[in-house]
Parts: sequence; structure tokens; C-alpha cells
Amino acid sequence: MNVPIRKFDAVIVGAGGAGLRAAIQLSEAGYKTAVLTKVFPTRSHTVAAQGGVAASLGNSEEDHWHWHMYDTVKGSDWLGDQDAIEFMCRKANEVVVELEHYGMPFDRLDNGKIYQRPFGGHMSNFGEKPVRRSCAAADRTGHAMLHAMYQRNVKVNTQFFVEWQALDLIRDAEGDVLGVTAMEMETGEIVMFHAKATIFATGGAGRIYYSSTNAFINTGDGLGMAARAGIPLEDMEFWQFHPTGVAGAGVLITEGVRGEGGILRNSSGERFMERYAPNAKDLASRDVVSRAMVTEINEGRGCGPNKDYVLLDITHLPPETIMKRLPGIHEIALQFAGVDALKEPIPVVPTCHYQMGGIPTNYHGQVVLGADSTPVPGFYAAGECACASVHGANRLGTNSLLDLLVFGKSAGESAVNDLRDSGRHHKPLPQAEIDNSVARVERLNSQKDGADVHETRLAMQRVMQKHAGVFRFNDLLKEGVQKIFAVADDVARTGIKDKSKVFNTARIEALELDNLVEVAKSTMVSAEARKESRGAHVRDDAHDTAETPNGRDDKNWLKHSLWHRDGNRLDYKPVHMKPLSVESIELKKRAY
Amino acid sequence: MTTRTVNFKIYRYDPDQDAKPYLQDISVECDPTDKKLLDVLVKLKAKDDSLSFRRSCREGVCGSDAMNINGKNGLACLTDLSSFVEGKPIVLRPLPGLPVIRDLIVDMTQFFKQYHSIKPYLINNDPPPERERLQSPEDREELNGLYECILCACCTTACPSFWWNPDKFVGPAGLLNAYRFIADTRDQATSERLDDLEDPYRLFRCHTIMNCVDVCPKNLNPTKAIGKIKDMMVKRAV
Repeated sequence: MNVPIRKFDAVIVGAGGAGLRAAIQLSEAGYKTAVLTKVFPTRSHTVAAQGGVAASLGNSEEDHWHWHMYDTVKGSDWLGDQDAIEFMCRKANEVVVELEHYGMPFDRLDNGKIYQRPFGGHMSNFGEKPVRRSCAAADRTGHAMLHAMYQRNVKVNTQFFVEWQALDLIRDAEGDVLGVTAMEMETGEIVMFHAKATIFATGGAGRIYYSSTNAFINTGDGLGMAARAGIPLEDMEFWQFHPTGVAGAGVLITEGVRGEGGILRNSSGERFMERYAPNAKDLASRDVVSRAMVTEINEGRGCGPNKDYVLLDITHLPPETIMKRLPGIHEIALQFAGVDALKEPIPVVPTCHYQMGGIPTNYHGQVVLGADSTPVPGFYAAGECACASVHGANRLGTNSLLDLLVFGKSAGESAVNDLRDSGRHHKPLPQAEIDNSVARVERLNSQKDGADVHETRLAMQRVMQKHAGVFRFNDLLKEGVQKIFAVADDVARTGIKDKSKVFNTARIEALELDNLVEVAKSTMVSAEARKESRGAHVRDDAHDTAETPNGRDDKNWLKHSLWHRDGNRLDYKPVHMKPLSVESIELKKRAY
Repeated sequence: MTTRTVNFKIYRYDPDQDAKPYLQDISVECDPTDKKLLDVLVKLKAKDDSLSFRRSCREGVCGSDAMNINGKNGLACLTDLSSFVEGKPIVLRPLPGLPVIRDLIVDMTQFFKQYHSIKPYLINNDPPPERERLQSPEDREELNGLYECILCACCTTACPSFWWNPDKFVGPAGLLNAYRFIADTRDQATSERLDDLEDPYRLFRCHTIMNCVDVCPKNLNPTKAIGKIKDMMVKRAV
């Protein structure tokens, strides 16, 4: 098949926070770079991040990157790699200050420095008491950040391909990555983007669940492409359920609400978090708060006619604080819960929010394979699609925006170094791989009696919601594996009625479902296999004992899962317990 | 559960199939969980996968699903179903003033060209300090009502001056963003920015019709920002 080829030094897939940050490195270094994005950059889902970005600037009180590192390792339930976590926490001040220099409109303290607020799991002095570490622009931090980085890219003349859907990762026989195939939505034309360096920054896949804070576009495109090209997916059993999604609508209410003093209450008005986390209370780690909420609801203390949500109360806060620090939340509560948060509490439920796992990388942003983490030549990943792993089994709030800044920059720097030093050139393209990619699109035009895309996606979302939720059960997981593979059979034969070449969104949704289902399979299979509770992955049959604190079995399960699409196979690799410069943070029972 | 039928007239055009655009009569059963216009559009698309529109965040921050709803620009995801008069068909058209690619999807090239023309980035040529540049809370407050723009184009495509001169008039979104940088105490290019806008078309085609203020889904006020730029020009002239 005759597919036009365009050559670039680097191709970046995705123009959210991580992709834009990587693009700044490459454009400033003068490399010919194509940034492919299926939506206009400022429509990427980084835009919806609210509460802030973590950095131990210490603008309001004493803080230290080492404390931040401790909190992140503890938050990860020790599954995070301590070298990568030290790297991220030490880099935080630098990347946040850079962002300020790009023009990011952070809120300010009276002394003119960046405003910081408390956030869940962020403590001073190795877990003592909450610390103000989250750098915020009201409750619109992601929006302000994404726009500031897009603006910086306009300044440095980055070349964007807007509304191009990436299709497949192209690797040659030696396993080197040579770029991607992609489709221009407006015309339906498929082009091979031939690159010496390929960076994935495609975001998460929260749309595998029925109820999610994620945007429609969060369909795990990078993960699907990587999995089909033989790259394993790491730690996919770990999904964060954010405690405060608007009940019914799923829209996010930032943890910053609790950072500013908001309180969770059950049907009797009790501040129940005092029972689950006596020290941190409402500012415990997200997995802990979500489980507490589900327990309250399961034990009959939920609110509303069906007793199926709890209440987030800020009515005791001064209205000025709410309107100054949480104006977007006031707006969201009005729009999606129909309540005036100044006067009434907001109905909330734990809602799928963030994927801790992803494409395995090291802290340089290089994609790595195998137990010894060998880099894949020419391939980098950053942000939610990647697993460095800094979030381990549970991410702390505000560490995602930090992750995308630090590792977006790292991935960009690694690509720049490799382009400059390692003599990378445009290797010959494997035509058969390109043909396979085109054939995947062509199938949608010729499929007879195809499965309906909308119905199949819904079936997948319902299976994930029921079988891999906040609490997990052996029987449900086993059954879930069967069911998700049955859904995958339907995904392989989806059909669309719309055959138009012009901006065919039915085709895009079918292609996105190809990616989603890989993420769903990897999640269910990895979750079924992990016979312990750790962070966001909690099984009812993993018991709290002296050897297994909170059901965490370090003897057998202190390791990263790697799911391989071919053969639906799992293997494991060790957690990096050794940081770069400080002592290892030793295993202990997690309590807040 | 009580359902109700909602009727639509939707602008349809697929250049691959249709000789010319037409308004399609279509109806859909809605249940009480369908709160927003976007919820219903997603339902319609499940019935007819050829119906084409942009959407992403579904919470009013990404700016994808701007369209013309019963004659007024807005975001489908922030438009309450309950705001429509029952029984009357809801008329959906693409944003006016921009070329239509397909159905409710417009070509936004001209809109972004104008946005890019105002140099939408901080200009500060001092060597960057080691820490953040300082800004007082009062100075930072000047950016409120400006930095929240989501580039949905509701305002610019509601502006008759933009309809007439889309290639020459920056339009309300672009001008709001121009003032966002003029108002930023960290930016050093104020006079260069004012020079660039001192032009019969780029700024002065704004005749304070105020459609922009009327339609902005984020309740921003481009006319006020434009007024402030005009004030600054007058002040520096005397």
C-alpha cells in the first residue's frame, strides 16, 4: 500500500502537559519535531487538573524534597521506584520555577511568591503533619499550566499536527522504534511519520471504566499502540479512584477542597475520616479515603434516597475563601450537582481517575524492557501513559502534574542527547508493519455484521466497573478476565456505518476502542494475578497480619507486573528500592 | 423511569456525500440521567454514528463542544436540557462565521491564526532568576477574568466584526488574551503589543456590540478587556 512518508528528527504523540513539555526541549534544541495530537493542544485533559503541582518550595513553611520523597514512597505503598521518586522530587522546584518563567499565572502569597496549599498525603518531617506543598492557580492549575506550555511552544515555533490520530507504533525487526502511522481526521489520509526519536505522551485510559473523571479522549492510545507493538504494560492493576467525583456525573472535585478545609460527612453528619485516618483525616491518601467512603456507603451510612454517596462539606468556610481559591468548584457544583456549595454540601463518590501503571520507563524517560530495564532504541514516554514508576500502587494528588513536567522534560532531554550523540539516523522502514496498520483501518470499511462500537465500549466499561473496582474479590476478578476477553472478541469485529473520509469520528471511536480494550485486558489480568492488597489494589482475601500489613505481601509481591499482549502473559521485575543519593526508605505499615 | 422525547433540527453536511447542507429532523428518548445537551448528543451518535461533533472534557474546560444552540453560541456540555422549552425542537448549527468541515465541526484555522497573531506568550528578556519572579496578589488579580479563556471560539464567532473581517480583526478571544499579557506585570512587551494592535482593523473593528460577553460560557468579558486596551492607547497618546 502506498502510504506517504514524512521524515522528522522527532515525533511526539500527544500535546497534553508531558508532550508539550518534551516539545519545548526539542524545539529549543533546534530539532525538526512533529507533535501529533488528536485534539487542539489546549483541549488535552491536563486542562482539567485542578488542585496544584507539588514542589517543596517552602514558600509558606519549611519543606524539603526528602520529605516529599518519603511521602511519595509511602503513598505508593512502596511499589514506586525510589531512584525515580528521588529524581522527581529533587527536580520539582526547577520545573515549577521554569513554568512560572513561561508565564504560568500562579496564585501569590503576600510576599509575591507562589501560593501553596495542603494536599492529601503531603506531610512535613517524614509523615508528621500536613504541609503546604501544592503550587496552585486557584482550582484551575491544569488549565493555567497547559495554556502556559502551549504558549511557550508557540514562542519556540513547535510544529503541531492538530487533529491527527496516531494509529500504530512502527518497530523494525531489531525492535528499534522508527515512528508512527497516523491519520489526518479532516481528510482520512494516512501518513507514516518516520522519526529518529519517538516520544509517547498520550495520557491515560480512564474511559475503560463506566464512571470516570476522565475526558472522552482518554482512551489509552499510546498503551494500545505499545502493546500491539510488543511493549509490555507495567503495573496496570493499579487504578486510582478519586474520592470526590460528583455523584452521577463523575466530574472531578479537587482534593484542594479538602486542602482548603473541606470535610467529608456521612448520612448522620459525622466526619467519618477521623475513624479511618486519625492523624491526616480528610487529607489521607486517596486510596485510603476512597475505601473509607465505600465502606461507609456499604455499611448503610451513605446519603441520598439510595444511600449511595457521601457529602463534601465546605459550608463552614468563609465565602471569600471559596470564591477566591475554589471558584471553579463552586461553578462545577452548580452545573453538575445542582447545589450552591456556599450553602449546601456536594454529593460525591469515588470515581476512576488515574492510571498509575503504563509503558515502562526509567527516570530518563526512556522506554525499557525486561527485568534489567534495557532501553528500546528511539523510544521514550512520559506522563500518565508512562510508568517511571513514581506513583507505584497509589499516586499522591499534585504528583501527576509534577510527573508530566519532570518526565516530559527528561524524555525531551534524552531524545535531544540521543539525536546529538548517538548518531541516530532514519533506519529503513518495515513496509509490512505499515501495511498492517493500514489494514486495521481498512477492516472497519469492509467489516460485515460488525459489533456496534458504542454497545461494545459500554459492555467493556460495565465489566471493568463491576469486576475491578475500589474493592476487589477473587471470584469477580476471575470472572472478569473471562468477560473482558469476550468483549475483546467483539472489539476485533467492530463495524461502523459511517464510511465517509471526512472527519469520521465513528472511525476514530472504533480505533480508540482497539486501544481501550488492551488497557482493560491488561488491568483485569494483572489484578487477578496479584494476590495481595497494595495501594489502590485491595482484595478482600488479603488479610492484615504481622507479615502482611494491611494485606500487603512484600515477601511475594514487592515487584512490578509486566503484561504482554502476545500470549496474554505476565512477568515481573524488581522494585528499585535504592534511591540515587539518600538511604532507602524502609518498608513499614502504611497509616495516616 | 420517566422518559421524554426531545426533538432536534441539526445542521448536517458531509462533503464526501452531500451536495449541500440540510437541517435534519431527529428525535431521541431522554431519561432523567440526561442532564446536559452533550449527554443527548452522545445518545444521538449511538443511534446514528455519522453525526459529527467535537467533544472531550464534558465539564466546560477544554472548549471542544462549542456550537450554535437555538441561535446562540454555547458549549453543549454546559447547556442544561431543562433550559429548553419542552416540545419545541432544539436547533443545532455549527459556529457561525467559520468554514464548516462537517456537520457541527468548523475549521478553526482563522480563529487560531488571530490568537497566534497577538504573541500569546510571556515576553521578558531579563535573564531568568533562580526562583520565581515575584508578583503581588493584587497584580496577580489583574489576570482574573482573562487567563480562564478556554479558546472555544463562542465569542469570536458571535462577533459581526469578525464575520466581516476574519482575516484582519483579531476578535474578542484574541484581544482578551492580548490584554492578559499586557496586564501581566511580568511581561515587558506592553508598548510593542499596543503598537501591534494600533490599527484600524486589528483592534478598532470592535464596536462594542457585546455579543461576546453575552455568549462566553466562562462568564468572561472580552469587551471590558478591549476597552482597557483602548484606554491604554488613549493614555499613551496624550
